Amino acid sequence: MMARQSSFVVTSGALDVAAVTASGARATDGAVATFVGLVRDHNAGRRVLWLDYEAFAPLALKAFEQIAGEAADRWPGARLAIHHRTGRVAIGEASVAIAAASPHRADAFAVCRYAIERVKQIAPIWKHEHFVGGDVWIEGAIADPSDDAARRVALERACT
Amino acid sequence: MYVRIRLFARLRELAGTSEMSRDVPDGATAHDAWNHLVREFPSLGDYSRNVACAVNEEYARPTSPLKDGDEIAFLPPVSGG
Repeated sequence: MMARQSSFVVTSGALDVAAVTASGARATDGAVATFVGLVRDHNAGRRVLWLDYEAFAPLALKAFEQIAGEAADRWPGARLAIHHRTGRVAIGEASVAIAAASPHRADAFAVCRYAIERVKQIAPIWKHEHFVGGDVWIEGAIADPSDDAARRVALERACT
Repeated sequence: MYVRIRLFARLRELAGTSEMSRDVPDGATAHDAWNHLVREFPSLGDYSRNVACAVNEEYARPTSPLKDGDEIAFLPPVSGG
């Protein structure tokens, strides 16, 4: 029998999407929705060569737990697994894998979308983009887990 | 009192170090520690309006008072995913 993987992971190793998918599901679940974020070869007109991801891992794991707690409050019975890469990630490789398990498919899809939006808002993780001709740190949201306006944005994206 | 300061991503590159220990006055807040850091590394000043912080591996308000031995992390805007 395969060992049950933990739900929240920050790792420099390749992501095992099948394991992420399997880590959350129970007999009461009717659906698992998965999201896999990939490193693509272009961004903002630049030809991307690779991304280096940096994370404050212990805080990132707490952020993932918070996101799962928020999802469980909003969608009772839903559970999340979130795995994120650090270090160098090549074009085409997975940088993040999310699995949302729920008794019903509509909730599984919504929770999965909610989770990736929240990861982008509050997980202390950074992309250092290396492109043809240079490199740049990508900077998005100011991480504030208690910002209700940001949470509402994630909810709206999950539910439309 | 001494606090341990950790910097990530571009903040780490601008300061040229990921970790340091600094003497700050008793009663100093996270915000005070940041200002202390900006005096030492002026290029960090560009981030004064959009830096987040965590104390002892928990997100914290800039007004959070620090204690001797605390670890304070300063985080530039995030871009995971």
